[in-house]
Amino acid sequence: MKHIKIINKPNLKKSAQTGGCGECQASCQSACKTSCTVANQKCEK
Amino acid sequence: MIHKFYLNSFYIITDINSGSVFSVDPCAYQIVDYIKTPMTEACPSDIIGALKDNYTVEEIKETYDELYSLYCNDSLFSEDSYELLAGRLGPGPIKSMCLNVAHDCNMSCGYCFASQGNFGQDRSLMSVETGIAAIDFLMKHSGKRRNLEVDFFGGEPLMNIEVVKKIVSYARSIEDANNKCFRFTITTNGLLLNDEIAGFINDEMSNVVLSIDGRKEVNDALRTRVDGRGSHDSILPKFQNLVSKRDDKEYYARGTYTKYNLDFSEDVLHLFHHGFDQISIEPAITDGTMDYSLTPSDLPRIFEEYEKLAKIIIDIKKRGEQINFFHFMLDLEQGPCVFKRLRGCSCGNEYVAVTPDGDVYPCHQFVGNDDWIMGNVIQGKLNSEIKEKFSKATVFDKECCNDCWAKFYCSGGCNANNYTYNGSILSPHHFSCEIEKKRLECAIMMKVALAE
Repeated sequence: MKHIKIINKPNLKKSAQTGGCGECQASCQSACKTSCTVANQKCEK
Repeated sequence: MIHKFYLNSFYIITDINSGSVFSVDPCAYQIVDYIKTPMTEACPSDIIGALKDNYTVEEIKETYDELYSLYCNDSLFSEDSYELLAGRLGPGPIKSMCLNVAHDCNMSCGYCFASQGNFGQDRSLMSVETGIAAIDFLMKHSGKRRNLEVDFFGGEPLMNIEVVKKIVSYARSIEDANNKCFRFTITTNGLLLNDEIAGFINDEMSNVVLSIDGRKEVNDALRTRVDGRGSHDSILPKFQNLVSKRDDKEYYARGTYTKYNLDFSEDVLHLFHHGFDQISIEPAITDGTMDYSLTPSDLPRIFEEYEKLAKIIIDIKKRGEQINFFHFMLDLEQGPCVFKRLRGCSCGNEYVAVTPDGDVYPCHQFVGNDDWIMGNVIQGKLNSEIKEKFSKATVFDKECCNDCWAKFYCSGGCNANNYTYNGSILSPHHFSCEIEKKRLECAIMMKVALAE
């Protein structure tokens, strides 16, 4: 495409089918303990 | 829902429901303002009419066609199909535990949310028996979850390090037979660190959070010892020593910024120049009444500082050097699934905190408020009513979150801050929301800049 550069493709809806295993880290536990940021967490799969 | 923003010379569009991110030219950036869904294949004449003074008709049609192709593959103006999923979420296994092994501290930091370590309760240390009961409690309530996290917290956990070692040893002795994998972490102010303890931490802890605020004058203004002296010069070499022997295991040099250091990018750089490349500097969240309190009037300055920090980190990365700032981390491709994003930290449901007395709270930030005691590990009790309440606290249940572009990145914010400052876990703490949204914009912009 000439006017648009794709940085990230759609992936959230797919994760509704494949996700939910619950093995990932609790987000607050990881580095801060005072705020909640989720999108920086890793998926265990 | 889309969110668009202009930052550091980049025009960026994010599609909230699909997770797509685009770097666009000014024409596309303007056209999306006029698009109505469902999109039509041909560019509507009102869009051409509105923009024909700025762009050629051919350019507008060409750009519209590109946007339309993204719309057709569900990458743009994607529908929200998650609310039904959220409605089906309920209580889950407990997989994560904050063990407050010391309700006591050898420091007296001005901004401490734990009331200088004791959480407003009697100063006390956790016994081995209570620690073991907590591990058993976690095992019992973890269901089929294999990975179990235990964070040693306080107060200052190194004041009770011998008990920490025994708890770790006990958990290790039972994990294989029960098909569990314990991941231990610890948060320390560093005063009691020595080679032997650093070795134990590096061997056993999958992550260690090292509390230091940055520059000496900043750190020592609020991170003081009980006698009022600063801590910077004592802890810095101890932290450097620990990190130098940690190989590639996770750690964070973790600080707090306040109104006293709104130029906190200098503190990130101070830590970076002293050998730390995993850094987290967080705002002190207060009721706004202290001299050091951040208030809404500080937000423009805070935003400016995050933008400055983002540009600094881009430059460092482009030089090929490693640096990671916790709140600019964003895994766009392999990040959390939507289930995780609906409920955030999952405190009170999958995550709990345990005090030296064995009382169970939804998280460490609720400790000290008896209304939130949800069980006791020694008695083996767990209040399913409170657990259920937290399990239902999704972004669709929180005021304002449903209409917010950041909902699947932040997942509804910190329930404890929501409760403490707004009276309900379902009422987002807006000051924190504003900061989080700016950090997310910076993090997305950095992805765009580094993809150039």
